[in-house]
Amino acid sequence: MRRLMLGHTTEFTLFAVMIVLCVALSFATDRFFTISNAFDVLNVSAVNIIFAVGLLVVLISGGIDISFAVAASVVQYVTALAIAYLGGGNWAEGFIIAGAVGIGLGLINAALVYKLQIISIVATISTFNIFFGLLMFFTKGVSIYDLPEWLTTRVVFYEREMSDGSWLELTLPVVVMILCCVATWFMMSRTTIGRQLYAFGDNPEGARRFGINIGAMHYISFGWLGLMAGIGGLMQAHYAEEVVPNALYGRELDVLAATVLGGARLGGGKGSVIGCVLGVLMVSITQNGLNLMGVSPFAFKMIVGAIILIAITLSSARIDKLLPFFAKGKIEKGQAQKREAH
Amino acid sequence: MSSLIQKFNKTFGADMAGPVIAFVVVMVIFGLGADNFLSLGTFGSVAFQLPELGLLTLAMLLPLLTGGINLSVTFTANLSGLAAASVLQAFGGVDASGGAFVIAVAAAVATGAAAGLMTGAAIAYTRAHPILVTLSMMIFLRGLGEFLTRGGDVSGFPSYMEPIGHGSIFGLPIPLLIFIACVGVWQVLLTRSKLGFGLLMIGSNVEAGQYSGLNTRRIIMLVYTLSGVMCAIAGIIMLARFNSVRIGHGESYLLITVLAAFLGGINPFGGFGRVLPVFVALVVLQLLSSGLNLMGANQHLATALWGVLMIVVMAARTIVSSYFASRRKKI
Amino acid sequence: MMSAEPLLSLKNIKITFGGVRALKGVSFEVNPGEVHCLAGENGCGKSTLIKIITGVYKPEDGAEFSFDGQPITAMTPSMAQSLGIQVIWQDLALFGEMTVAENIGFQYAVSGKYGLVDKRAMEKAAEKALARLGVSLDLHLPLKELPIAQRQIVAIARALVGEARLVFMDEPTASLTQSETDYLIEIVRNLSASGVAVVFVSHRLAEVLEISDRMTVLRDGALVGVFPVEGMTQSRVTELMTGRNFDSAVIAADHDDQPVVLSVKNLSRANEFDNISFDLRRGETLGVTGLLGAGRTELALTLFGMRRPHSGEIVLDGETVHFGSNREAIRAGVAYLSEDRLSLGLNQPQSIADNLVMASLDRILSSGLISPPKKENVVAHWISALGVKIGKPEDPIRTLSGGNQQRVAIAKWLAIGPKILILDAPTVGVDVGARAGIFEIVRKLAAEGLSIILISDEPPEVYFNADRIIHMAEGRIKATYDPRQMSLTDLEGKVYA
Repeated sequence: MRRLMLGHTTEFTLFAVMIVLCVALSFATDRFFTISNAFDVLNVSAVNIIFAVGLLVVLISGGIDISFAVAASVVQYVTALAIAYLGGGNWAEGFIIAGAVGIGLGLINAALVYKLQIISIVATISTFNIFFGLLMFFTKGVSIYDLPEWLTTRVVFYEREMSDGSWLELTLPVVVMILCCVATWFMMSRTTIGRQLYAFGDNPEGARRFGINIGAMHYISFGWLGLMAGIGGLMQAHYAEEVVPNALYGRELDVLAATVLGGARLGGGKGSVIGCVLGVLMVSITQNGLNLMGVSPFAFKMIVGAIILIAITLSSARIDKLLPFFAKGKIEKGQAQKREAH
Repeated sequence: MSSLIQKFNKTFGADMAGPVIAFVVVMVIFGLGADNFLSLGTFGSVAFQLPELGLLTLAMLLPLLTGGINLSVTFTANLSGLAAASVLQAFGGVDASGGAFVIAVAAAVATGAAAGLMTGAAIAYTRAHPILVTLSMMIFLRGLGEFLTRGGDVSGFPSYMEPIGHGSIFGLPIPLLIFIACVGVWQVLLTRSKLGFGLLMIGSNVEAGQYSGLNTRRIIMLVYTLSGVMCAIAGIIMLARFNSVRIGHGESYLLITVLAAFLGGINPFGGFGRVLPVFVALVVLQLLSSGLNLMGANQHLATALWGVLMIVVMAARTIVSSYFASRRKKI
Repeated sequence: MMSAEPLLSLKNIKITFGGVRALKGVSFEVNPGEVHCLAGENGCGKSTLIKIITGVYKPEDGAEFSFDGQPITAMTPSMAQSLGIQVIWQDLALFGEMTVAENIGFQYAVSGKYGLVDKRAMEKAAEKALARLGVSLDLHLPLKELPIAQRQIVAIARALVGEARLVFMDEPTASLTQSETDYLIEIVRNLSASGVAVVFVSHRLAEVLEISDRMTVLRDGALVGVFPVEGMTQSRVTELMTGRNFDSAVIAADHDDQPVVLSVKNLSRANEFDNISFDLRRGETLGVTGLLGAGRTELALTLFGMRRPHSGEIVLDGETVHFGSNREAIRAGVAYLSEDRLSLGLNQPQSIADNLVMASLDRILSSGLISPPKKENVVAHWISALGVKIGKPEDPIRTLSGGNQQRVAIAKWLAIGPKILILDAPTVGVDVGARAGIFEIVRKLAAEGLSIILISDEPPEVYFNADRIIHMAEGRIKATYDPRQMSLTDLEGKVYA
């Protein structure tokens, strides 16, 4: 247990805070502590969680990506046009097209970072502008409402009317989200690729000396995020029943904040799927709870922002650092490197 | 050729090469491609559009140089504008006196400075990654602003505010003059002040700065406070230009400011960078969008081309430096 | 243990980088199961040689290379691995967030059946490797939770998973305390006894002499010779490495007629140092020696205001001071040259000029702003005063050699006009040949009236350069010595006792 805690401090803290939050909200409102509300939260969070687990892979391998949300918009548009061209299409074609386009856009980022040696934040801010600019240029900002029926019809895997009259629904986005989480978890913790991604993010030079294929690491991590962006984009179009070119604009920073809240580290080597899911859910639950408490929607973002600010600040702060008088600096730090290489 | 390069580097600094080459390329392409590109009209549109993005880029610049970033610049600007607007409204809106204007400006600057100070203190005392602190600050400020305005506009300001957004002195737009003055202040700050020296030093190594007696926490807090003040100035200009304040005005500038700074040769890891190349980079970006405008394309194509330009410049830097590195090895 | 046939044999190894001969026909042999030391100054070609042996670089034509009696024509990194040649790099190349088992059995994460990680096999291999070292560690603990000495063991265990027959250790003890070093030496002996040959690259001559059977000395890319370690002394090794004989004489002198500049009274900090008292007079050089972990650096940082004493007094020029930060200490005239020049002492990417004025900005202001001419003057003055060899003052300081960097670091502190200069391990990462130049400066400064505290874990440095020597052990002053009244061997005996 101690070992588990040591490796996953953030996840445990987050989980504890979430339980406290849930208990408090259960007392504050009648509606919060119901199964159907829990499913509501899941439905609302599904797309963000799909994005988040994709972003997680890039963060673990030491990169960052700002462009995935607008990439998902591009995917939505291209997919909508492609299935119209194919004469209607179906779910299988939809997933294949969305996934392929997403991966393609991800690989562009990977090539910029790996081949042209542009650091990932610069490269993806550039592609963010390119993707979004071109999308708006070619679409002229026009939305697509005329989507095929299969795409806009709600797919419900399981439903039940609860005694209080509310509906419990397990919908497609949630199922896809769970599949994406499981796939990402499996890749990151069970396959050699996943462990290499962790190692590469943790200590790139060490990984290089072990002969890990650095190019592959870039292409796999950005490609995976591209795939998740594609799937997430498709799910968002399904959920919203329309394709609006700037609907996902700005989502990247919200997802980034939630992912980091969940314990992923900028700079690589650290993060988990479960933490990532908890990070997104934490934000959604807060919004859901505030909503049920009848707080003005305009205050939501402010409160959520304040919570993220406090959480991130506190999780980075160590009490001993806040009290410099008792600070015990890391005197050993840097000594490993201090003797110059012979 | 190589002696020419050396001479150029000596006069302007190596970081100037990218922006200047881009400037020349843009001038030549549009000068040939669009009939009336080399005209006063182009100059006018660039001169009026430059300041907003430019001031926000200056606000982004100092944090970038310390190895950080400030993702809350646009909403700090909005909120500062909102502070000024509410003061003006309280003093009668359209009929507000000159004294009210002074108070409004003070309120805006105080708001920006306060937001910056909070951010800076959080970063300095917790060592949390600036991306995270300023990102959550951004979400918070956006929420606060939307809460205060209920998502709407605040408008109706005294008419003497109009020249700040649209007026000219001797043919030079007032917002441009304000921007150039701010560039000058930043230039002096970075090259001649203790703060500027210190922030560059801690940009490449905080601990070495600390061991040499730099007050690193104070520097970080000052940097983000000044960044907030610059946001406030941008907020006031935006208020005057749009004659309204709305949370979300200029939101799309956020990542463009980062792009402009990197284009201007700011080292993405901090510690190195100058104001003038960034100024040239900003001019290039505006010329690019004005030129495209003349040729009938819209701002979105310009946005995409900004991204392309950035990649080209960054890739060129990689290629040139690896070329020189390989040559050095051979000699 | 020794067999007639060497495990590794290299002859006539030459390599050229950018027109410079990095290795000029070097030969190198390691016997099975021996502990061999590879010694030489920075840049003598040690790491180039290791990289040739592990297949990172190709030697020029004419080289003879054989391993276990088999001639090798083209070595590659993967071939080196499969032959059992392993390198433990100085920075260990470990993964902090991963568990001990994953770090040791990392090759299972690189390749596996169907691309899956065989966790059980990985853990088994890790356990086996640790057992071979006679160590037990919690396999599931994240590596970052381990102290540095245990990380070193993880790195060694990782080499053993690869069925090592020849292990190179690059500066393995650089960041270890004495007891940790003893432990490591024990492990190296076990390895050697089990038939694995170990090549030790270390600049700590005392250890090298204790552990090795033979040593190969390189100088300027050429072989000086192969020597049995028995009967070798530190000064003889230094002479072999530098090609020079450093005639040193004790310079200690009395300063009783001089005023006391600094008086430390019963200074203590919990778990760091305890009840430290001494006086430092004008123009005096006080040597502080003791092993790593003796509390020397902690004491220095307290005098420099970066840590607060828990009890005791610091009296500077007759006045008790309570520094709130090192800025106050600097203002009061206390300067501290960090032992970690690469990350704390200097700002490596920044220019020589900026590094030089970093601590003394107030002296180059004119009407509140930095004056470029004043800055230029200050920089030019100190560059020439300390004889720093530079290209342009605008060049990044990392382009300078260790010795020249250290001169700039000293100049940075002299520029504040200090009363007391604390030098913490001023010769770390400085070539043996360039060290004399640093100490020449130190002596000159002392003669000009500066009070100096010279901290070093190498007894000869304090013996030949200090007026008095404080011997610290486990946070306390164990004894104070006068170099004039003892031999260097006596001092070394007491420090390493």
